[in-house]
Amino acid sequence: MQLIPCPWCGPREEAEFHYGGQAHVAYPSDPSALSDEEWAQYVFFRDNPSGPFAERWSHSAGCRRWFNAVRDTRTHDLLAVYRVGEPMPEVAS
Amino acid sequence: MQLPEHPDFLWDDPEPKASYDVVIVGGGGHGLATAYYLAKVHGIRNVAVLEKGWLAGGNMARNTTIIRSNYLWDESSGIYEHSLKLWEGLEEDLGYPILFDQRGVLNLAHSLQDVRDSVRRVNANRLNGIDAEWVDPQGVKEICPIVNVSPDVRYPVLGATYQPRAGIAKHDYVAWGYARAAHAMGVDLIQNCEVTGLETAGGRITAVETSRGRIAAGRVGLCAAGHSSVLAAMVGLRLPLASHPLQALVSELLEPVHPTVVMSNAVHVYVSQAHKGELVMGAGIDSYNGYGQRGSFHIIEQQMAAALELFPVFARAHLLRTWAGIVDVSPDASPIVGLTPVGGLYLNCGWGTGGFKATPGVGDCFAHTIAHDKPHPFNEPFTLERFTTGALVDEHGAAAVAH
Repeated sequence: MQLIPCPWCGPREEAEFHYGGQAHVAYPSDPSALSDEEWAQYVFFRDNPSGPFAERWSHSAGCRRWFNAVRDTRTHDLLAVYRVGEPMPEVAS
Repeated sequence: MQLPEHPDFLWDDPEPKASYDVVIVGGGGHGLATAYYLAKVHGIRNVAVLEKGWLAGGNMARNTTIIRSNYLWDESSGIYEHSLKLWEGLEEDLGYPILFDQRGVLNLAHSLQDVRDSVRRVNANRLNGIDAEWVDPQGVKEICPIVNVSPDVRYPVLGATYQPRAGIAKHDYVAWGYARAAHAMGVDLIQNCEVTGLETAGGRITAVETSRGRIAAGRVGLCAAGHSSVLAAMVGLRLPLASHPLQALVSELLEPVHPTVVMSNAVHVYVSQAHKGELVMGAGIDSYNGYGQRGSFHIIEQQMAAALELFPVFARAHLLRTWAGIVDVSPDASPIVGLTPVGGLYLNCGWGTGGFKATPGVGDCFAHTIAHDKPHPFNEPFTLERFTTGALVDEHGAAAVAH
């Protein structure tokens, strides 16, 4: 089990958190204008890198707030955590 | 049961040639089986299987070896039952023992919704000619006496689907059997050879760049499971996959106590007993994306809690070893097998938590797809395009592993 540093509560056990997948996937600004291909990309296709990945977590058994993290998917190391609305920090890959 | 003698060398360790008619990326079960059927069924023998580590050292060495075909939809019944029928003749076909043992599988139901879904799946299976029956808790007890069917547990067993023709096989022997037979027909099995780039010209694949140099290829088939997204990205192709850790574990060797395979989707554990005697148990996937071949310990804790409630007799067993594989999970828990927008490049991925059982079936169908540049009827529904058209094949229920 790893410790995940919640930006509000500090480091807590992983079991307190809920995973939310890729971060910064914006809802389409003009949904009715989307083609089937574009809808498929929005609904089903996500980045799946081997390396740093910006993703969402929720501190569901703590403050219950969502936040973002950059985590290396090869080592599972959390490289940065940041609050919703903040830009993704630069990380060394 | 007597284990067979271990043979010395079943295949060579050749230097890669400058070019091949077909290059298969990934030397696991699917890659080896594809190469075997390319050579055997289609007479295409100038084939290389490239493996970045050692043969069958990825998910082929890490799965829990469960073989069954009791999926819900017609599309799935087609390919999984095709596979099960090939399993039934595989030992003779390969001329190699694989310890395929049709000891049956119970998929437990723990809630009224589970019961409804399970009965529906049994009916769907029967309509597709697949052996399936619904058994009540007493029937579960008769098939597998060590299952606790008492009503006063947190998630009581309300019944189960039973597929008698399901079973397990010895995963290493399966890989070695395919490797040996493919090698005997002229296929080059090249280990320690990581693909670092895919070369295209005019919208067609021309070569693969590897850690052992450039290899020209007429056609390339990707069988890289958890690393499929990384490979596809080399030609700018995005896949609807998420790579997750999937953990499993074994106990020390025990006397035979568990006569079948028991899976429970609701409490996240599936258990069989290997021929040697270990209890082999799998968990649900870890929630986060991960390429590290390890997962989090609390998943194992939950899995053990579920296993002990179902099988109180395991309380004194000791855990011997845990590990994780990297599973490529698709949005509908069904695979993606077929053509890509790049000419001569073929995709076999998205098997997620259940690829082992498909090894012979997908090997046969993927070889057909590569040889004819056209999907086999059994993998025709499993295109990449289905995520655009919406023709999904939702098998989250029958996948029987928590996603």
